[in-house]
Amino acid sequence: MRLLKLVPDDTNIDFLRWRKLASAMSIILVIISIALVAVKGLNLGIDFVGGQSVRVEFTQTMPPIDEIREKVGDIGLGEATIQQFGSDKAVSIRTALPDGDKAAAERAGQQLVAGIQKAFPTAKAGSVETVSGKVSEELLRTGAISLALAMLGISIYIWIRFEWQFGVGALGRLFHEVALTFGFFAVTQIQFDLNSVAALLTIVGYSLNDTIVVYDRIRENLKKYRKMDIVPLLNLSINETLSRTVMTSVAMLLALGVLLIFGPDVIFGFTAAILLGVFVGTYSSILMSTPILVWLKVGPHSFVPRTTAGMDGGERVERKDDGAVV
Amino acid sequence: MLDFPRWKTIGISIILLLGILFSVPSFLPEKTRESLPSVLQAKVNLGLDLAGGSHLLLEADIADLRKTQLANMEKTVRAAMRGESGPDDDIAIGELSTTGGKISFLVRDLAKLDSARERLFSETRGAQLTGQRDWNITVVDSTRIEMTPTGAGQAQAVANAMDTARDIIDKRVNALGTREPTIIREGDDRVVVQVPGLQDPAALKELIGKTARLEFRMVDANADPAEAAAGRVPVGSEIVPYAEGEGSGAAFEVLRRQVMISGEQLIDAKQSYDPQNNQPVVSIRFDSGGSNTFAKVTAQSVGKRFAMVLDGKVLSAPSINEPILGGSAQISGSFSVASANALAISLRSGALPVKMTVVEERTVTPELGADSIRKGAIAGIIATVSVLVLMIVVYGRFGVYACIALIFNVFLIIAIMAGFNATLTLPGIAGFVLTIGAAVDANVLINERIREELKRGRKVFQAVELGYSEASRAIFDANVTNVIAASLMFWFGSGPIKGFAVVLTIGIVTSVFTAVTVTRMFVAHWLRTKRPTTINI
Repeated sequence: MRLLKLVPDDTNIDFLRWRKLASAMSIILVIISIALVAVKGLNLGIDFVGGQSVRVEFTQTMPPIDEIREKVGDIGLGEATIQQFGSDKAVSIRTALPDGDKAAAERAGQQLVAGIQKAFPTAKAGSVETVSGKVSEELLRTGAISLALAMLGISIYIWIRFEWQFGVGALGRLFHEVALTFGFFAVTQIQFDLNSVAALLTIVGYSLNDTIVVYDRIRENLKKYRKMDIVPLLNLSINETLSRTVMTSVAMLLALGVLLIFGPDVIFGFTAAILLGVFVGTYSSILMSTPILVWLKVGPHSFVPRTTAGMDGGERVERKDDGAVV
Repeated sequence: MLDFPRWKTIGISIILLLGILFSVPSFLPEKTRESLPSVLQAKVNLGLDLAGGSHLLLEADIADLRKTQLANMEKTVRAAMRGESGPDDDIAIGELSTTGGKISFLVRDLAKLDSARERLFSETRGAQLTGQRDWNITVVDSTRIEMTPTGAGQAQAVANAMDTARDIIDKRVNALGTREPTIIREGDDRVVVQVPGLQDPAALKELIGKTARLEFRMVDANADPAEAAAGRVPVGSEIVPYAEGEGSGAAFEVLRRQVMISGEQLIDAKQSYDPQNNQPVVSIRFDSGGSNTFAKVTAQSVGKRFAMVLDGKVLSAPSINEPILGGSAQISGSFSVASANALAISLRSGALPVKMTVVEERTVTPELGADSIRKGAIAGIIATVSVLVLMIVVYGRFGVYACIALIFNVFLIIAIMAGFNATLTLPGIAGFVLTIGAAVDANVLINERIREELKRGRKVFQAVELGYSEASRAIFDANVTNVIAASLMFWFGSGPIKGFAVVLTIGIVTSVFTAVTVTRMFVAHWLRTKRPTTINI
């Protein structure tokens, strides 16, 4: 049986030749993403701004958005954000946090459901969520903290396991990926809520798989080929791990793509964000996290302390033999 | 590599078999599951977003609690000043005020100022072992005593109130008869209520939100109705309005401020029928202290009226025709069976010590949840199958081993989730699918490494050996970073996100076990028995 090879044997692609171009492109993309978030803004869900949100399932496909907007406006909770959500029969109707005490959101939620049911007797409210201003502030704060801590924590772990340059490389890459995902949310205006934070944390965790695999190979090669220049060495490491990078990415994209198409509509945005993260992650583990090492001047000295140079590998085997004699 | 001792094989096989055994109950219908031995009863819980139901976050009104705390202390002060051994022992006080978060009153007989302070000291000894006082007692202008709650006292009062509130909400929610509700305290002043499978959250909120402060108080017979209508009432009395639909025309009653019997002395309340007219009523029964008081008061006050006050509204103000000695009474009114039952539930489960407000609500109907489960299951199966096919097409025999490991991984995740009684949420399903994609990563790493080592001209055994040992390092590091991200999600996330983090973490641990250890066992067995000189990978 002939097995399928996603990447031909013994590739020797000079990936680092494109490092300036790739970095420029990454920086531009990050800037565009930040600008998009600043200009278009994120479509923040009630988790982070408070308010009330109802998912309404209609009996007919393509429910009349304008009519719904008008009817919801009559309830007197201000302008509603209405989006098609998941299936083509369902919309999510969101109104802003009302003024008043902390129970105001909950009261407004009841009003909203009652109003919708009166205006559209055949429609069904599938889910109702109300979040008060106080709770949404807390959720926003903890969301931001957990994202920052995850990025820092993982970078510190890599710094401890590898060297500081690798930690910086990981952090730079994470920033790149998180910024691009924010840009994705700004462009698509997919609702940004608690699930989106989970998606970001997942991207942070998983996209680093790739970085670590490549970094691990770089460390190994740095010890093995001590005379080799850093750029060819990095190229070699990327090429050696290329088929694995591609294979894992394909497996992840396959699983997530299936989830996107067949999975529950409620988590469509969540899945889309992770899918994008995996896609960007494949690119950046090849062309983002490695070039950073060139600029931070990683070399064999980064790993092998001068005093014990040349004692790796053989040393350990000998010791084992000694033990056997005793 | 070939050296795979028998005990290890047996150990791994046992773990895998247990995994299958303990994951099965989660797939069985409720009836079948209940007939299993109790060890096998554990199953994966479905989160509210899948099972449908309501999640409510309630926050206590601390300002209201402070007011109650002051009102209770006022009662304590008055009782303490009355003295134990008759009227001679009384200390006359006046001008008592509870404004500004403190109690302040005038001691009329200055000679008794010190003994008044003594009595209060013994009444306000803190509950904690630290000797910290719950109240500061100071003498102002040599004539007044001022009492201010200390920080520790206030914190203790909040903690006590929250514990009681949690218990009461627990009782009330359980009285609804829904399955497996979760009621837990969160932070200093919050309670989370999760009720799966509930269709009508409005009823739940109404039941929880009821403060239901029940009091029995005497009607002030001396009050002049005309004066009262103008807002003037005798000292020590106040105007209390009737609850909606009660009072047959009268809008209010003038009641003594002093509470005769409070709701805590009530031991039972249930809906029953009035034997005379068959109307629904609520029967109540007092504890011995309440019964004694009730008997004494009704004996002294035949011909007078008393009022049942619920949440500051008069429910009914019956005349006392004869002393009620048994400690049982009936509240009648224009009840329906349902409303009498609801009142009985709120009375029975006692008064909430503090007002609670819903600050966050998430409700999903069971239909939407069922739809999500169905789609999630379909996506999970298709995703698993496509990844399996990909692995076999790319790695042949080694891909088959990876697939077997992946299937065991699925069972192990479910078994461990069932064992921990973990909750599967909607993002958790995504986490599950993601784990499938990521679980093969370890096998990809190993297999690619074996390919590489073979290309370098190593012998089969050596290549496989190196493939496993060299890849393990990267596999370990990569998974630690995922655990870091997942644990942060668990710490900071709420509800569904926690569920996602749990699946992710369990998946990381089990996938390393199945993808590395289990496949190694298969590969070692194959190499040992067949001794191939070339392998197709």
